[in-house]
Amino acid sequence: MRHIISILIENEAGALSRVAGLFSARGYNIESLTVAPTEDATLSRMTLVTRGNEDIIEQITKQLNKLIDIVKLIDLAEAAHVERELMLVKVKTNDTTREEVKRLSDIFRGKIIDVTNGSYVIEMTGTSEKLDAFVQALDESSIIETARSGPTSMSRGEDGLHL
Amino acid sequence: MELSGGQIVVQCLKDEGVEYLFGYPGGAVLHLYDAIFHQEDVKHILVRHEQAATHAADGYARATGKPGVVLVTSGPGATNAVTGIATAYMDSIPMIVISGQVPTAVIGSDAFQEVDMVGITRPCVKHNFLVKDVKDIAATMKKAFYVATTGRPGPVVIDIPKDITDPNIKVPYHYPRDISMRSYSPASKGHLGQIKKAVELILNAKRPVIYSGGGVVLGEASAELTQMTQILDYPITNTLMGLGAYPATNKQFIGMLGMHGTYEANLAMHESDVILAVGVRFDDRVTGKLAEFCPNAKIIHIDIDPASISKTVKVDVPIVGEVKQVLEQMMHLIQEHPSKPDTDALANWWAQINHWRTTQCLEFDRNSDIIKPQAVVEQLYAITKGDAYITSDVGQHQMYAAQFYHFDKPRRWINSGGLGTMGFGLPAAIGVKLAHPDMEVACITGEASIQMCIQELATAAQYNTPIKIINLNNRYMGMVRQWQELNYESRYSQSYMETIPDFVKLAEAYGHVGIRVEKPEEVQPALEKAFAMKDRTVFIDFLTDRTENVYPMIEAGKGHQEMTLRVAPGTPIERELA
Ligand SMILES: Cc1cc2nc3c(=O)[nH]c(=O)nc-3n(C[C@H](O)[C@H](O)[C@H](O)COP(=O)(O)OP(=O)(O)OC[C@H]3O[C@@H](n4cnc5c(N)ncnc54)[C@H](O)[C@@H]3O)c2cc1C
Ligand SMILES: Cc1ncc(C[n+]2csc(CCOP(=O)(O)OP(=O)(O)O)c2C)c(N)n1
Ligand SMILES: [Mg+2]
Repeated sequence: MRHIISILIENEAGALSRVAGLFSARGYNIESLTVAPTEDATLSRMTLVTRGNEDIIEQITKQLNKLIDIVKLIDLAEAAHVERELMLVKVKTNDTTREEVKRLSDIFRGKIIDVTNGSYVIEMTGTSEKLDAFVQALDESSIIETARSGPTSMSRGEDGLHL
Repeated sequence: MELSGGQIVVQCLKDEGVEYLFGYPGGAVLHLYDAIFHQEDVKHILVRHEQAATHAADGYARATGKPGVVLVTSGPGATNAVTGIATAYMDSIPMIVISGQVPTAVIGSDAFQEVDMVGITRPCVKHNFLVKDVKDIAATMKKAFYVATTGRPGPVVIDIPKDITDPNIKVPYHYPRDISMRSYSPASKGHLGQIKKAVELILNAKRPVIYSGGGVVLGEASAELTQMTQILDYPITNTLMGLGAYPATNKQFIGMLGMHGTYEANLAMHESDVILAVGVRFDDRVTGKLAEFCPNAKIIHIDIDPASISKTVKVDVPIVGEVKQVLEQMMHLIQEHPSKPDTDALANWWAQINHWRTTQCLEFDRNSDIIKPQAVVEQLYAITKGDAYITSDVGQHQMYAAQFYHFDKPRRWINSGGLGTMGFGLPAAIGVKLAHPDMEVACITGEASIQMCIQELATAAQYNTPIKIINLNNRYMGMVRQWQELNYESRYSQSYMETIPDFVKLAEAYGHVGIRVEKPEEVQPALEKAFAMKDRTVFIDFLTDRTENVYPMIEAGKGHQEMTLRVAPGTPIERELA
């Protein structure tokens, strides 16, 4: 099963490599990993998407908790949560396709943030599945490149991951 | 008080009460070595190879419970230390390793003797630090000692660039008295609800076994474990790392369990209905085939590290906490509890165990006219009255030591279990002897293992640490040969060395005493002679039976109930060497 693990970690050099190293050393898979500082500059927040059965996820969260730099973490699969991923897609356009691509992007609530004679850059956020669906809907040969952030996520309601 | 970075490091060691610093100098740590030169409180032990510095510090730590401290230079000094760091990590030994690093300004430029020590050691330390400011040294040292020694102990590396120890840059020194880290708070007491559940299971057990290990030694909980076991009158088995946590000569002790454990311990595990696992980690050498592990038992597991629980074997009642505190809590509830252990069931259980004991699974040929390695360990046990500190290397000799030296006290048995590091025994013995100068210290080793850190005979001479080296010389990498015999139709690929040095002369070359022993009747007198030389390191080279194997044994992929007992005569190895 897919799990989203949100982590508060000391904002220190090497903290990220401890997490990434743990996953490779113990043979756990990482589907995506995002990290950025929080409003408290001493802390970073990571969102890690992984897959595994219950026993593996239990080991993953325990092993992560053992890392000295990790302050707190939560497995969001255990709670109602919201998740969003950001994607930038660059597509080829010409006089005949420009309108069509724009319409498709509108349907998916994308924003066109760069336009040239032959291309658009479309910005889109949503769940990973929605972004997948948009990519599917595009004509594959028109895609020049995509860049995705990997999902970031938090629980619904008043509780949250903080000190 | 204004001090330079180098002085601060040394002052922190003093403030931590560090007695010995095991190390080896080099460019990146010269400022530090100069600070060491100007004081006498922290005694520096100059080893002959950085690996030995870590093993000696490790031996010191295992024998005392205090952290071992190591100092090495950058680059090759640091990489040489890695084997010893990993050894300590696998057995949860508290250790501080200070490594020099190239100056901050050139980090990342492939500077002379630069390696990414923080990166290299990351998977085999509890934590590591790179110090980037002289003002951070004291707080980092405090954190390092705190992390290394609390919770599940482990090695911590502090990598210090050369400019940070510059004698010309001085800052005010203050060593923090306490430290708290928001990201690190090890558990202490166990969850009462879980302990109550455990007590119900324990008191209702018909065929209970207590399976205890290294965590009891690390957590200083032998007294509590012993008391509780004796109140219950339950059988107890120890892992290799737990030997001594419960007195081996007590009748409730059923021996070590696992691959080379006793028949009675493994069968008791297999038939048990309730297992109380205390400070153990269900290692594969212990469990054998997981699918067949303790098929009928409810398992209670006490461990300080939540990640040890249900890692390989799913347990029924997990209890996270300090073993000492949890056992106290548990004992209290047991004594208050209206019901008592089922004495009829227990009597049947003991009868069954005593029946298994009659196989005498450790027996060996006592009439052999070749020295049997087991007999040497037995004699050693007798002559030292079971009261020596025993270090060992890795191989058959390690197993004979575990099986035939009956440890009654914790911290007496000092060996590399998790990593299985050949070369550990001699430097570790030096560390132990420094910690306990008035105690007998013996290193049980093999002719292959001892050669991995043989240069430390010089260290033993320099610091006058009289230890006894018991070399069970079977002219084979015996443990490897045993596996080749069992699994590769006795094709002894590279498990034999054609040129084994003359260990007697070698010992003498280093200024020690060497004795060669070739006949069974010479064993006892040789040991007596060696131990009579109180102030000498003595290397006793016993030419032991080349064909002897460690039994009983659970072969690879088998369960506890499928132990192989002693090898039948007429096997290929016997024929070959006849
Ligand atoms: C050649 C060879 C053969 C071997 N054969 C065997 C064999 O036959 N039988 C055998 O048993 N081993 C054998 N071993 C050793 C084996 O590899 C493991 O090292 C050993 O079994 C682990 O012991 P342990 O379970 O006691 O755990 P340890 O490695 O000692 O770990 C201690 C556990 O206790 C926990 N702990 C630490 N401190 C505390 C505390 N204060 N409170 C609570 N919990 C704490 C830790 O978190 C950890 O889970 C062999 C090794 C070699 C090299
Ligand atoms: C550093 C290292 N290299 C290799 C091994 C694999 N190994 C385990 S036991 C052993 C043989 C040990 O031979 P010896 O020291 O003579 O002991 P014996 O088994 O003969 O008693 C080897 C090579 C190891 N444990 N450690
Ligand atoms: Mg040998």
